Amino acid sequence: MKHDPKASHCQCGGKISRRGFITALGVGAAGVAASGAMTARTATAKETPMIPSGETARIDLTVNDRTHTLLVEPRWTLLHVLRESLGMTGTKAGCERGECGACTVLIDDIPRYACLTLAVEAQGRRIVTLEGLMEGEKLGPVQEAFLEEDAFQCGYCTPGQIVAAEGLLRADPNPSSETITRAMSGNLCRCGTYPHIHNAIQSAAGKRR
Amino acid sequence: MTTEKDIYYTKDIPVPETPPPGEEPAPWKRTRIIGKRVPRVDGYERVSGTAVYPSDVILPNMIHGAILRCPHPHAMVKKVDISKAEKMPGVRAVITGDSPEADLMWPYSGEVRTKLFDPHCRFEGETVAAVAADTPYQAWDAVRAIKVSYDVKKHLVDETEALTSEVSIHEGGNKVGVQTHHRGDVEKGFAAADAVVAASYRSACEIHTPIELHGCVANWDGGALTLWESTQGVYSVQSGVAEVLGMPLSKVRVIGHYMGGAFGSKLQAGKYTIIAALLARKTARPVKLFLSREETYLAVGNRPPANMTLKAGVKKDGTLTALDFTCTGASGAYPAGGTALVDWLIRDLYACPNVRTECTDVYINAGPARPFRAPGHPQASWALEQMMDALAEKIGMDPVAIRLKNVPDISQGRDRPYTTTGLRECIAKGAEAFGWETARKAAEEHNRNGGPIKRGVGMGSCVWFVGGGGPPSTVVIKLFSDGSVNLNMGASDIGTGTKTVMALVAAEELGVKPEVIQIENADTGTTQYATPSGGSKTVPTEAPTVRNAAIAVKQELLKMAARELDAEVSDLRFDADDILSSKDSSQKVNIKDLSELKKRGVVMGVGYRGPNPENKSVNPFAAQFCEVEVNTHTGEVEILRFLGTNESGRVMDRLTFDCQVLGGITMGIGFGMTEWRALDHGQTGKMLNKNWHDYKLPTALDVPMDMTSVPIEMPDPEANNTGAKGLGEPVTIPTAGAIANAVYHATGIRMTDTPINPITLNRKFAEKEG
Repeated sequence: MKHDPKASHCQCGGKISRRGFITALGVGAAGVAASGAMTARTATAKETPMIPSGETARIDLTVNDRTHTLLVEPRWTLLHVLRESLGMTGTKAGCERGECGACTVLIDDIPRYACLTLAVEAQGRRIVTLEGLMEGEKLGPVQEAFLEEDAFQCGYCTPGQIVAAEGLLRADPNPSSETITRAMSGNLCRCGTYPHIHNAIQSAAGKRR
Repeated sequence: MTTEKDIYYTKDIPVPETPPPGEEPAPWKRTRIIGKRVPRVDGYERVSGTAVYPSDVILPNMIHGAILRCPHPHAMVKKVDISKAEKMPGVRAVITGDSPEADLMWPYSGEVRTKLFDPHCRFEGETVAAVAADTPYQAWDAVRAIKVSYDVKKHLVDETEALTSEVSIHEGGNKVGVQTHHRGDVEKGFAAADAVVAASYRSACEIHTPIELHGCVANWDGGALTLWESTQGVYSVQSGVAEVLGMPLSKVRVIGHYMGGAFGSKLQAGKYTIIAALLARKTARPVKLFLSREETYLAVGNRPPANMTLKAGVKKDGTLTALDFTCTGASGAYPAGGTALVDWLIRDLYACPNVRTECTDVYINAGPARPFRAPGHPQASWALEQMMDALAEKIGMDPVAIRLKNVPDISQGRDRPYTTTGLRECIAKGAEAFGWETARKAAEEHNRNGGPIKRGVGMGSCVWFVGGGGPPSTVVIKLFSDGSVNLNMGASDIGTGTKTVMALVAAEELGVKPEVIQIENADTGTTQYATPSGGSKTVPTEAPTVRNAAIAVKQELLKMAARELDAEVSDLRFDADDILSSKDSSQKVNIKDLSELKKRGVVMGVGYRGPNPENKSVNPFAAQFCEVEVNTHTGEVEILRFLGTNESGRVMDRLTFDCQVLGGITMGIGFGMTEWRALDHGQTGKMLNKNWHDYKLPTALDVPMDMTSVPIEMPDPEANNTGAKGLGEPVTIPTAGAIANAVYHATGIRMTDTPINPITLNRKFAEKEG
């Protein structure tokens, strides 16, 4: 992500610990390196108190064009906040460690794992979840295509698959077969419906045109 | 709302004849909806996000549970110190083996029970304590703050070592049991053979890892417990929980309207179910307890490893003369069917008069097995299908031909006829649709030209042990006064499309459109008894039950019409939503105009599942064909295409049928190529790859998009009144063996052990060259 995570409105002040700080960044090595936080890691090596459990920060989260003001612990993931604070359970939890893609949401139109994104990081971003692809009670084109092509079985990875596909089609409205396969390779489907997902995305590309 | 009849009723095709009460209906002559490509009736909910899965349930006042698990494969818990954890922010309850309310026995099997939090932890991931707190974060904080001192014991995680070790995981040694089977005389069979081949095979342990985690939400209302559980069978969970907690069934309500995958790992209540209930009772709050991904690798089942030997004899004409099979498998830390059904394909699939099998199930210090999609079968198929190809090569026969030569006339494993068998058609028509001969020749031609990329074509076939379903099942269908329908059944839809198929059956029989059918299912409080959805038995169990319920509705409507028209029931028949007299077509009444129906508001029909045919075996069959490219420099294998033929009786919904086939092949690719449980055998005994990063499921990049499903449709008139057999399991049985055969065809290398990946393949290349 391009934005500086330190700029988020975390009200944790100076009490943040090394571990808490790194956790608050909530990103893997790449994210830490990109933000120059590696230096911070050594600079604050002396243990300072952790942010107490239950201490929250106030954030504004824009989800599906609606801005919610929320109190969140800095360590809470976007996934946790979407599901448990906002009750938006269309976004699913499969691994909570960035492996399966069930929690895929769009952040500024790019598919991201909500389990690897802290809620505090997602401030000021445009978050779109599965629910945001609906027009009222009407399915969006990708959803419609998934339904018609039977691109799911148990349906639990499906929200993530649909959002990832939506992200792909926003970036590339006319993707090649190879592009579809690569773009969807970050979303596991244990039921193994990949060929039908592939068909659905090709069909959705047509519907969106 | 409009009530025009063409919205509700299909036209132009007669409504199936209604048999008099007590008589079995005739098979459908011509179907109007069954067998078509019909999108799922609950598709909208699943793609819109409105489907509420158990893990999505949020109740007022709900808190969150988490479980502390033993980090060692074998240890005694000496002391559990919860003093710090109890005082942490948000923590509402901590329970351990010392908590009186948790002093319960957990049935690991029929014979073996241990304490819920037993001090003797026989596998990594055994439960030690549990916490409920306001947020999942706080629950995990508290779990991490519990101090446990363990007396770490010597572990055994290798099944062959466990067989001879002095260390006993349970009293009485490490053998769970030995199962044998023999028929004929294998020694005579080998003596009569023109060629004999013997080989050893191993298939690694595979973990289910459905995308929805295992768990539930538990809530008490006084003495009544409600559980929203991710499960294949709500009634099975109900009885398990009632037994452990000593409660009446009526006070345990289990709801599982949706569930996010299971593959056999959610057939029963888990320890986590009981723990959630205990935490909820202690805190007087609803508790959501879903495992972490890591825990699902350790504690909720697996397909056990299989170490197999197979010796086979064959005559020059391809006739099998003898099969001698042994297998050592591992239940894990408790009896769990570590070799269950591993020998079934050897006993049943190919005609052979002389068969001996011996399966030894062993305890190891690892999580207990659970049924995993076609238990035992993919393992045996891995050995048997490779052996069939080896035999074929030895006598200079084509792999398809040798299998066709050995299609049995009866089920040899049960010594009784199959109701129907499409094995021959699956193999022959599959080979034709795939272009077997051309592809084999083209690959060989390609390989003669040199170059590092080798091409190969392979196949395999299978039978599945059951797949005919059977009683008990009860289904209720209600027809409302406007002609629309409610279908009430206990069965879970685990992603196979059960709800859709049942809606089609009701629609077919009643003549209504599937869209006007509302389905209520998988709730012990409001729906009828059903066994768990698994074993490829849900469609052949529930579909005839649904048909019977629909017929009961029609019989009731005919009686009403007979009274209204002053006619005989036997003279009346349905025409869309009219009931008319066969003698005098002016004598007719529209269903919606039936005065009795208007008054009562609803007509109810109850269907029961009738018995299966006596002395016959109901089984589905399949064959799969694939083409691969192997890079002999890197060891990479690319699967170019796959084709699956399935004989599962009648095709109920072509769309979901195909989806099952592709899904089964994908899972089989995982079993053969990407998945294996790595236990740190030499040192800690812990699982090294308990996450989806290190334990690889096939992704979209690992499977060919060129996958074809070719149904071999043979409605089975004896199996049940819908003609359908099961499908969910045969679709994954022959995949891995077919890939191994294709890799052999490409490279001349027999991959006797799963997985086939660049590391294992390169090792074989090196051995061959060295």
